Amino acid sequence: MSISVPEKVWWKPIDKEEKIWLALALIWMLISFVWMPIYHFIGKQNPSSESYKAPRGQFEQLANDFIQKYQVKDANGAPVVMNDIPVVHPPAGGDAYLVGAGWKWTPVLELEKGKTYRIHLGSYDFQHGLSIYPLNINYMVIPNQDYVITVTPTTSGEFPIICNEFCGIGHHTMVGKIIVK
Amino acid sequence: MAVQDFRTCSITGLKVHLPAQNLIIVNAVAAVVLLLIGGLAAAGVALTRLPAVHLLPADWFYRFLTLHGIAMLIAWIIFFEMAGLYLGATVLLNARIAAPKMAWLQFILMLVGTLLIAAMILTGQADVLFTSYPPLKASPIYYLGVILFAVGALIGCFVFFGTLAKARKEGTYPHGSFPLVTFGLACAAIIAVVTLLHGAAIYIPALLWSLGLIGMDESTYRLVWWGLGHPSQQINVAAMISVWYLLGTLTVSMKPINQKLCRTAFVLYVLFINVASEHHILVDPVFSSAHKIWNTGYVMHLAVLASMIHALAVPAGIEVALRKKGFTSGLFEWLKKAPWSNPAFSAMMLSIFIFGFMGGITGVIFGSEQVNITAHNTWRITGHFHSTVVGGTTLAFMGITYYVLPLIFRREVLGMGFARLQPWFFGIGTILMGGGMMLAGAYGVPRRHWDIVNFGGSPFSFAWDPTVYMWLGVFGIGALLAILGGAIYVLVTVLTIFFGKKLA
Repeated sequence: MSISVPEKVWWKPIDKEEKIWLALALIWMLISFVWMPIYHFIGKQNPSSESYKAPRGQFEQLANDFIQKYQVKDANGAPVVMNDIPVVHPPAGGDAYLVGAGWKWTPVLELEKGKTYRIHLGSYDFQHGLSIYPLNINYMVIPNQDYVITVTPTTSGEFPIICNEFCGIGHHTMVGKIIVK
Repeated sequence: MAVQDFRTCSITGLKVHLPAQNLIIVNAVAAVVLLLIGGLAAAGVALTRLPAVHLLPADWFYRFLTLHGIAMLIAWIIFFEMAGLYLGATVLLNARIAAPKMAWLQFILMLVGTLLIAAMILTGQADVLFTSYPPLKASPIYYLGVILFAVGALIGCFVFFGTLAKARKEGTYPHGSFPLVTFGLACAAIIAVVTLLHGAAIYIPALLWSLGLIGMDESTYRLVWWGLGHPSQQINVAAMISVWYLLGTLTVSMKPINQKLCRTAFVLYVLFINVASEHHILVDPVFSSAHKIWNTGYVMHLAVLASMIHALAVPAGIEVALRKKGFTSGLFEWLKKAPWSNPAFSAMMLSIFIFGFMGGITGVIFGSEQVNITAHNTWRITGHFHSTVVGGTTLAFMGITYYVLPLIFRREVLGMGFARLQPWFFGIGTILMGGGMMLAGAYGVPRRHWDIVNFGGSPFSFAWDPTVYMWLGVFGIGALLAILGGAIYVLVTVLTIFFGKKLA
């Protein structure tokens, strides 16, 4: 009985059936244990962490400089915006900034297919969750941290991004966009 | 004096220490009241997430969501666990409770803490959700409430340990080894102490931060908070499995198939499960991949091994017990002729099924680095933990209530017909709700989100794969069924306590 005191010596050998189960479970656990780190390298799916401490003000400055420098201009030389959000075309193979703040994703990044970018993720207000669709890839965006994701877009099109970490009353309005040309 | 302190249970023949009985009663009553409050909040949250209803405005949705998490995951479960700890340490060991005054302090602190937290949430001074990630800031009273609650729970754990030590010293039971249920509860209490210390390490700084006395680093908060956040669920796992063993004994006279194996599995939880908390920060910056893989890979799998052991031991114990009753024909006669009319038995079986096949397995899968990047902060996670703590822990606790009512409250369960249906409503509801959440989440539907259809006021529009709406419908039907099951449980329990036929 599970509710009464066991007999004095309860350290008894395990039966054959239990041994088989235990062995199967252990083998399964070992496979899971080995396979996760192996797939980190051969799957090329998860980025190896690259991040830097970046005080809010400093990150904001870097992101604003980036937007000013690379914002797309129309035929008249006026800066292009989409619904008040600047559209930015970073240099192929270079650095790009994507900021979650003020319940917006800024800017709209315009990337080129097949080129590699280092995208710096950051926030200068709350914690946000960057969720890229339709791939459904998710990263945490945390104030005071510069999180560098190295990506090479392989499909062209428009990829919506939303916030999936609660960041206050405007959380559900955070829909942004990444364009791949 | 010493003689009147005890009564002998006319049903089980066990000796019940009356001061301990009172403590079990108040903690269990508080738990059920908070389940009711959490259930009302659940109804608000579920009916808002259903696009066809979209009941609450945004601010009240997030408030109800905060309240739902605190009332259910913290208050209902931990109050019930306190009742369970006192029962496991006194009734099962024929012992008297050590330091009953401290135990009352546990109850009062936890109650005051709960009231403070609830007041802050409902007055809009704690719109920070369950995790309260800085720089989202709540009123200092909110953090104080959490600290008081945690201190209360910690005191409860030490009263439990003190009771075990006293019982052993006074020789109230035959020899050194505890019954398996008490052993499992002791493991839960050890995990609780470690977890609550993590809680102190994060909520005390958070309180000082909200008072403006110190700064707060967001990433450090996440690391330490999750040292509380996930391991606190392992308290529930250990307590729930102890309750499975208890229910198995009460419903079908189950014996553990091998004491050594079952106890070793509990020890594996104590040793390894507290470390496995960093799957929550797999897609965070700051921490290195090597560190995160070590924590979520190596150590977690040793705790999962413990769950695999119980996954054999509990159902096997039930099967053996039923076969001994003569149900030996074919592979499944024992299952067919099992006492399904006993709500405690059906609650236990559904709890084992939902926790094992839905909650546990998805937890291991979503905790792997490769899947986590697609599951993080989506509804898949919410579906996972509703399968564990709602379908698993809560349903098991509901099952044991049908024994606590006659044995501790000494009332015959009123409305047995409804009670028999209750675990099915609640269990099937949780399966549909959790399944709907996980399948919608697989398409990327986020958790903690007020408006996944219109994204009210967003600069760009967003359209889901239409399949998502089917899974939202499945979620909605499940949520309403589960709420109905929960309402029947609260009603049967409350009516039994007040109007049930008194037992000798």
